Amino acid sequence: MSQNLYERIGGEAAVNAAVDIFYRKVLTDDRISRFFDGVDMEKQAAKQKSFLTFAFGGPHHYTGQAMRQGHAHLVKQGLNDSHFDAVMENLAATLQELNVPPNLIAEMAAIAESTRDDVLGR
Amino acid sequence: MPRIRYQQRTYVLKDDESVLDGLTRHGVAVPSSCRGGVCQTCLMRAVHGDPSEISQRGIKESLRERRYFLACACRPGADMEIALPDDNDLPLIMTEVIGKEPLNQNISRFRLRAPHGFVYRAGQFINLHHHEHLRSYSLASVPQTDNYLELHVQRITAGRISGWLHDKCKAGDPLILHGPFGDCHYSKRDIDQTLLLIGTGSGLAPLWGIARDALAQGHRGAIHLFHGSRDATGLYLIGALRRLAQRHRNFHYTPCVSGGGASGNYRSGRADEIALKQFPHLQGWRIFLCGNAEMVKSAKKKVFLAGAALRDIHADPFEFSADAHIAATP
Ligand SMILES: Cc1cc2nc3c(=O)[nH]c(=O)nc-3n(C[C@H](O)[C@H](O)[C@H](O)COP(=O)(O)OP(=O)(O)OC[C@H]3O[C@@H](n4cnc5c(N)ncnc54)[C@H](O)[C@@H]3O)c2cc1C
Ligand code: HEM
Ligand code: FES
Repeated sequence: MSQNLYERIGGEAAVNAAVDIFYRKVLTDDRISRFFDGVDMEKQAAKQKSFLTFAFGGPHHYTGQAMRQGHAHLVKQGLNDSHFDAVMENLAATLQELNVPPNLIAEMAAIAESTRDDVLGR
Repeated sequence: MPRIRYQQRTYVLKDDESVLDGLTRHGVAVPSSCRGGVCQTCLMRAVHGDPSEISQRGIKESLRERRYFLACACRPGADMEIALPDDNDLPLIMTEVIGKEPLNQNISRFRLRAPHGFVYRAGQFINLHHHEHLRSYSLASVPQTDNYLELHVQRITAGRISGWLHDKCKAGDPLILHGPFGDCHYSKRDIDQTLLLIGTGSGLAPLWGIARDALAQGHRGAIHLFHGSRDATGLYLIGALRRLAQRHRNFHYTPCVSGGGASGNYRSGRADEIALKQFPHLQGWRIFLCGNAEMVKSAKKKVFLAGAALRDIHADPFEFSADAHIAATP
């Protein structure tokens, strides 16, 4: 296959379509919304976009180390596997709503899943 | 740790430190005000190295292409060489005050001569220079109908620039400004869309401009304006807004008073809460939020959760300037 995942799913346009849906889910999910309370909406929306671009296999400059640092303050507040699972669920539900084919959803879930230990600081 | 080259010297930033914070920590004075990526007073130019995407948000296209960025929002991943804006890219604009009148106890209307060739949209803001200070004020005038620039300035207790404008500045005085900036303005994308405008205090300035701009451009969808203040004396342009609502059937005005003691003429409560109670479902609406920064930020989240799309939410939180704090701490 010549195109990578990010291109196959529709690149930045797909990310833009997903941001609103995903972010609304995260903010209203009682299991995890508290982690997003203190963060300014404007910056958050940009970060959700970074998150989705990453999960969609798009261009990014995040290393495992950066993921670790970026979430370290959340780990201190008790971020654990159950929260990680909730984010994964919201991601999958968002993609389903956008009618993304299951095989592509699985590819994206695998990319996000690969960061679990870094995000949780293990 | 990224290094920043600026005016022939090199400064080392801490990890995750903004360019503005890093330079300030090293004792380098850089113009700034809100420190929150809103006011654009900290605009700088990258000579080498790439500014982050976040640090270029809200900057107009032509400047973005010339690698302008907001120093307060830029946390560089690599070394950069930077410079202050070039006068050719960001010219200083000279104008003068042509009129000044009180709108209520604390808010005055300033009319400025429209500078030659100054192209703007109602609701955008300008950055006003006064000595070493830079402050943002929103444009309440509509370019198609008003041949002057209009600002509404609220007096802030011990406020340096608002105080100077209220107490000293008079018709005939020269003013220097940059601009216009920001994307809090009407655009004729969909003239049937419903618009929700929520503002507190002098946050009415951009909304007064946006509402009249939309009507002048033939907007057909409903336009709901909620203006809030703690007490009734903080409201203004009440008569003019009521007349606008009489002239245009699609324009609706709701004055709100949050501090209690509201009479039959005003709704009692906070403007954003009253608006959301009346309109809990905002799918497909376009939203404008201006004024008190806390109100704007919390309303932004609420309208988003009520269904408004992020790209349909325009907000200008009137963040205070940060140089107030610098001046206060030695
Ligand atoms: C995008 C944008 C648009 C703006 N548009 C307008 C406008 O149209 N009309 C308008 O009147 N203002 C507007 N502002 C606010 C304006 O830029 C100044 O911050 C304000 O006039 C205060 O400046 P100052 O020099 O008088 O006060 P400063 O000398 O900077 O502050 C004096 C003291 O008052 C505090 N303070 C400052 N502002 C407030 C406040 N609002 N409430 C309580 N305490 C405060 C400061 O922290 C400080 O301690 C806007 C701001 C932004 C970022
Ligand atoms: C599923 C794997 C995850 C990935 C790939 C991921 C990715 C990212 C990325 C790219 C950023 C932006 C960093 C920046 O640019 O500053 C970020 C920030 C953030 N993430 Fe995650 N994330 C993941 C899981 C989680 C989880 C489980 C939570 C909490 C429930 C979470 C909460 C946050 C918060 C709150 C921020 C903003 C931090 C701040 O600025 O204060 N993330 N994440
Ligand atoms: S945008 Fe940087 S100081 Fe306001």
